Amino acid sequence: MRTMLLEIRNLHVSVEGKPILRGIDLAVDAGEVHAIMGPNGSGKSTLANVLAGREGYEVTEGEVLYKGRNLLEMAPEERAREGVFLAFQYPVEIPGVSNVYLLKAAVNAVRKHRGLPELDAMDFLKLVKEKIRLVRMDEQFLYRSVNEGFSGGEKKRNEVLQMTVLEPTLAILDETDSGLDIDALRIVSEGVNSLRSPERAFLVVTHYQRLLDYIVPDKVHVLAGGRIVRSGDRTLALELEKRGYGWVLEEAGLGAGAGPAA
Amino acid sequence: MSAQPQPRPDPAERLAAAFRERRARLPGAGLAWLEALREQALERFRAAGLPARGDEDWKYTDVRALARRLAPPAAGPGPVAEDAVRALAFEGLEAHRIVLVDGFLVPGLSALGALPEGVTVMGLAEALAREPQALAPWLRLPEGADGFTALNLAFMTDGVWLRVADGVALERPLQIVHLRSAAPEAGAHLRHVLTLGAGARATVIETHAATAEADVLDNLGCTVALAAGAALDHYVVRESGAGLCHVGRIDVRQEAGSRYVSHNVTLGGRLTRSAIQVELAGEGAETHLYGAYVVGGRQQVDNHTRIEHRTAGAVSRELYKGVLDGRARGAFTGRVVVHPGAQRTDAEQANHNLLLSEDAEADSRPQLEIYADDVKCSHGSTVGELDETSLFYLRSRGIDAELARSLLVYAFASDVLERMALEPVRVQLERRLTAVLLAGREAEGVI
Repeated sequence: MRTMLLEIRNLHVSVEGKPILRGIDLAVDAGEVHAIMGPNGSGKSTLANVLAGREGYEVTEGEVLYKGRNLLEMAPEERAREGVFLAFQYPVEIPGVSNVYLLKAAVNAVRKHRGLPELDAMDFLKLVKEKIRLVRMDEQFLYRSVNEGFSGGEKKRNEVLQMTVLEPTLAILDETDSGLDIDALRIVSEGVNSLRSPERAFLVVTHYQRLLDYIVPDKVHVLAGGRIVRSGDRTLALELEKRGYGWVLEEAGLGAGAGPAA
Repeated sequence: MSAQPQPRPDPAERLAAAFRERRARLPGAGLAWLEALREQALERFRAAGLPARGDEDWKYTDVRALARRLAPPAAGPGPVAEDAVRALAFEGLEAHRIVLVDGFLVPGLSALGALPEGVTVMGLAEALAREPQALAPWLRLPEGADGFTALNLAFMTDGVWLRVADGVALERPLQIVHLRSAAPEAGAHLRHVLTLGAGARATVIETHAATAEADVLDNLGCTVALAAGAALDHYVVRESGAGLCHVGRIDVRQEAGSRYVSHNVTLGGRLTRSAIQVELAGEGAETHLYGAYVVGGRQQVDNHTRIEHRTAGAVSRELYKGVLDGRARGAFTGRVVVHPGAQRTDAEQANHNLLLSEDAEADSRPQLEIYADDVKCSHGSTVGELDETSLFYLRSRGIDAELARSLLVYAFASDVLERMALEPVRVQLERRLTAVLLAGREAEGVI
């Protein structure tokens, strides 16, 4: 059997002793876009953060294989160098570290890991300036401190800029659409779509179907109560938009209570 | 027969005895006003003694560690290699350089160069021999002087006198290099006097460099007088050896429209006690106090600042940042006093500390005293640890944990250095900081 890019098996995760994920099974193949939807508090962000290696999440059961390797025992930086990228729901402001420095350090860390020579300043700037046009950010953002004083939309575009520069194999977008107006949403989506390729997969975590108008998923999963309660194709997302999450939850025996999804 | 413990000689009496033995050979001996000042200072020291444990102002300074090292001045400078001095120049900075070793100006190591007309730079001892009357107004025992300041005035052996005449600009900075030879267990009691006439401009860089690991105490005093419209950029950079204790007090008086900018950086030394007192005496005077202390091990830094807004429309800006690792202790006490009538005062003060270890300690005491009603004053103070979310963010981009930590620490401290107008000094200090924090790793373009 062919190895999937990402394989999550019976994943249980607790935060401060409280179970959040209660047995996730998910297989993502290279070239695919999977959307993870679900009501607030269902564990979507927990899943995204666990995959990126954030501390404070205790895996109590199950395993995650990435390119056939145990992802959970890799340090966050090793995951990044192996091609995992998390676009943060709340990108962090880092006063005193410039955007361009972060990008350069990140690119060269990945290249070094792959046995490639570091990019010199000229080649690096050429690459970054090409990518920054893609997300329609002004070049002056490169020389500002990471995310400091950026608007919500600028922060999200900056995440996508980092993603397009780093060219990950598995990109996880954690509610990248939240707080975006329609123009920013389009720009962010174009950035993501420019990266779509047969070698690359995306896990798009979102509360709303709106983003999926632009980033069209191959599969849609509904996460509720820490489990995937329903999977389907793109039409599932459209149905959720029309009918809300209630019916899915009821069918899964979780009861209603969640409002409409959009 | 049981051995009786030897009574330890009272340090005050020991110093007083040394003073009586030495006073005839101290610079300016024979000048009645100066002898009277030295006597008065010694009396103050004997009466006040060293600050006691209960003294709020000295709460965070290990006075006992200082007392153990308190000693009369050396007889003269010990030997220092010329190469060591050359290495202390800031790359790319053309400066008039004066070198002081063990508390004495050493002409052979100094390189003063040509000074513009209207600028005087000479050693304090030389000035007391040649122009004592010009110096007399600036040598006074401050009211309420503590034991260290009193001893400094009683014993002062040398220092630097900078005088810039009205309207004259000293374009090249004056660098004052303080060194210790490996030789004596003596104290260094230095006093600098920096006076700028109306509209005059100058930059002074005081550096304290590690040339020896001597376990000694430097006791420094500095008087700054800025006439109307004068501007002084004053850098103090301490990279002293691991055994050196440093007590320093700078008294600044500013007339109308003058501007004083202080950059006070402590990277080395066993214990540093720094006090800066600013009198904003003339309308529209402006003072900027910036400080960074980055220490580890068992190092201690205690920064005190006091800004007196005595006049209307004066501005003060203050930012001190500390990074404390190991078992280091850092304290900041900043007092801003807005006197009655000092309307339209604009004062901002902030002190932020980053603790890198559980055993490090930071104490932050911002203090505002306001006796006027139409003023704009703010202060803030924080003590925190490295932000785990920021650390994860950097790591999630492929940057290893160690470099990520160093980057965040560097970024925290660097915004104080960013305010330095002298690029060669800023760049070199950034490099030093990088070397300390990044263990020599590349950090080009961090900021």
